[in-house]
Amino acid sequence: MVTRQRLRRTLLYVPGNMPGMLQNIPVFNADGVMIDLEDAVPLSEKDAARTLARNFLVAFPDRSKEIFVRINGLDTKYALDDLRQVLPGRPDGIRLPKADDPEVVERLDTLLTEYEERLGLEIGHFSILPSIESAVGVLNCVKTAQASRRIVALAFGAEDYTASLEIQRTRSGEELLGARMQIVWAAKAAGLQAIDSVFADANDTDGLRADTELVKRLGFTGKSLVNPRQIEVVHDVFRPKQEEIDHALEVMEAIKKAREMGTGVISLRGKMVDAPVVKRAARTIRTAVAFGLIDYELSNEVIYGQE
Amino acid sequence: MARNSLGREVPETWQGKRYDPYQDPFTRMPTMDRATRPLVRRNPGESKILPSLRAAIEKSGLQDGMTIATHHHLRNGDLLLNLIVKELDAMGFRNICIASSSVHPVHAEIIPSIRKGVVTRCETGVNGLIGELATKGELDFPIVVRSHGGRARMLVTDEVPVDVAFIAAPCCDETGNLNGVSGPSACGSLGYAFTDARYARKVIAVTDNLVAYPASPVSISQSDVDYVVVIDSLGDPKKIVSTTTRVTRDPAGLLIAHYAAEVIEASGLLKDGFSFQTGAGGTSLAVADAIKRKMLEQKIRGSFGCGGITGYFVDMLEEGYFRTLFDVQCFDLRAVESIAKNLTHREISADLYANPFNRGSVVNMLDAVILGATEVDVNFNVNVNTESNGYLLHNTGGHSDTAAGAKLAVVVAPSIRGRLPIVRDEVTTITTPGETIDVVVTERGIAVSDKHEGLRKELLRRRLPLKDIRQLQAEINALTGKPRPLEFEDKVIALIEYRDGSIIDVVRQVKE
Repeated sequence: MVTRQRLRRTLLYVPGNMPGMLQNIPVFNADGVMIDLEDAVPLSEKDAARTLARNFLVAFPDRSKEIFVRINGLDTKYALDDLRQVLPGRPDGIRLPKADDPEVVERLDTLLTEYEERLGLEIGHFSILPSIESAVGVLNCVKTAQASRRIVALAFGAEDYTASLEIQRTRSGEELLGARMQIVWAAKAAGLQAIDSVFADANDTDGLRADTELVKRLGFTGKSLVNPRQIEVVHDVFRPKQEEIDHALEVMEAIKKAREMGTGVISLRGKMVDAPVVKRAARTIRTAVAFGLIDYELSNEVIYGQE
Repeated sequence: MARNSLGREVPETWQGKRYDPYQDPFTRMPTMDRATRPLVRRNPGESKILPSLRAAIEKSGLQDGMTIATHHHLRNGDLLLNLIVKELDAMGFRNICIASSSVHPVHAEIIPSIRKGVVTRCETGVNGLIGELATKGELDFPIVVRSHGGRARMLVTDEVPVDVAFIAAPCCDETGNLNGVSGPSACGSLGYAFTDARYARKVIAVTDNLVAYPASPVSISQSDVDYVVVIDSLGDPKKIVSTTTRVTRDPAGLLIAHYAAEVIEASGLLKDGFSFQTGAGGTSLAVADAIKRKMLEQKIRGSFGCGGITGYFVDMLEEGYFRTLFDVQCFDLRAVESIAKNLTHREISADLYANPFNRGSVVNMLDAVILGATEVDVNFNVNVNTESNGYLLHNTGGHSDTAAGAKLAVVVAPSIRGRLPIVRDEVTTITTPGETIDVVVTERGIAVSDKHEGLRKELLRRRLPLKDIRQLQAEINALTGKPRPLEFEDKVIALIEYRDGSIIDVVRQVKE
């Protein structure tokens, strides 16, 4: 079932045609992986990659992490075969490349529904992670974000985006700013997470850190990765600071008292605690729990109040 | 045959010698004095220089059936052992025993002389083809595998008397003062040879770099050396030391290293005065790197690093993470350069490093050691000697010594190697007893010995992937399947001696 609020700080690409790497998916602690059938797989190995991806999915039913499959674009002759082969392995979702407009997402949504019926799965089992990776995709992404209830996040594909603009991608990434903001706005407006593009140089740890710090400030909630060595740096950037955690816990305690008193607003050291503050605190706590920094059981009743 | 405490069938007599079966890591100790060597008098004006290896062999009094030794600091670049055996062959010697500190793949050159009966016994572990051929039954060459500490013990107790030790000396003077820090064959520490110099009946320094008296610094002194021979070259410098040793870039290796560093931190040992040993492999260095970062963050100043030393440890010394390095062997050029100039980078003997039968060795002071494995089993026994094909391919090194000495012995290994699972019901060969291993770290999980309940709890608290070793094994087997057991003949081709001289296991000829 589509869960929008899962932690997705790190989504690691794993080439579908590399059995040695597929086998290591359970090993690395990325929040999610994206088994790639698209750009990482040469045309001659598309078949093999589909079979390997499916076999891996079948052999790994106890998921410690979210698994997406990046299929080939719906405008290619490979996409339908990709879906036919991998969906019976029950991935959690599909990363849809070239999500240039809402129609392409709607098409995928229809296909996924057909498969869910055929496989006897609950409608909505498969989520969609549309990848915004061209000028037209950026312009349309506000609508794209609202094209399907399956969408859990908007992802940015900076390599294809810069190619569509016929420009070079730089280490500092000024040229990406406009697109990144548009994607964050579109995602947040639709209540979605925003996943930033890969940072391609796996050896440039400092560059990755700077890039991740930047996109965190802009509002991105996670990043796509090309190498497991990048996981730690990105997690580190997204790791909540102790004072943030302490504050979030105080907010939770305050709102718990407020709920007991039958109200949804309370003052904490002179500052108002209301729904947005509580939601932000809940997010901080969820992240802190994922990092193993605290043990805390979040209650929806406390966060959202009783109906 | 007798069954030792780990359930292995081991001979009580082998090749005419008596052995005790292994009992436990810490109690065996015979009552005896340390070995001695004959008194010698040298008067002023007497020369020690001899014109050739042949002359030295003649002068040494070596006879058929006797034992020679070399050291392995020149590693796979060593030419000396090959030259000596070739000379022995030419001189018509028979039935010589080799008790070097190790034998490397480069020494496969002596195989024809083994077949001829020039050398017929091996009182040291071997790396490479010789062990493989012996395991296949294609070479009749009984081998006794020993740890570094075990070999020092063997010399100190005179269990294997060395008649003539040939010491490759990268820098040497006419009286036999020698060191390893300069010259074309510079290899740094000569720690393994120290013990030979003190206990062999005759000591011959062989050099390709004769310098004016006195050679300095003096690692092995003129008072221990009988003769000096100059030859053209001791070895191939490119193979003696690596130019660089590097932290791994393999994501799985880095993950293993991350877990290992977390385990060390979780153990509570990572505090001021921390002492540490790790090997030169990419994953081991990645552990050192992760530990260094933790020490930096927490402002921890360690006491010493020891064992085979890499440039990485040299950096840690120079940057103040350790006060001292205890170096039995240099693995790279940085280590060689450092030992030549830095007084806190100490050259130590194998005896001081790891001999269980002295008044206390350095390994006893170790907090944590990172160890490798070709296999581990569900009882935490570790194999580093044989591969999954049963061939004897590796020497023990300091494995069982440091495991016994250190407060925390951590084995790091990939869960799958060449499609084979690393965790077995029983290892093919026991090098190091599970009683001395505390933690096994793979990229698929961390297994902790039952005796460390506190450490288990702490790992769980830190949300590290703690697993029962059988659960870890089951997870790996689910991917690899269970390999078919190897089949062996009855014939024992090698003994695996524990550091205290008891027999922990044997290697049998494989059925092929």
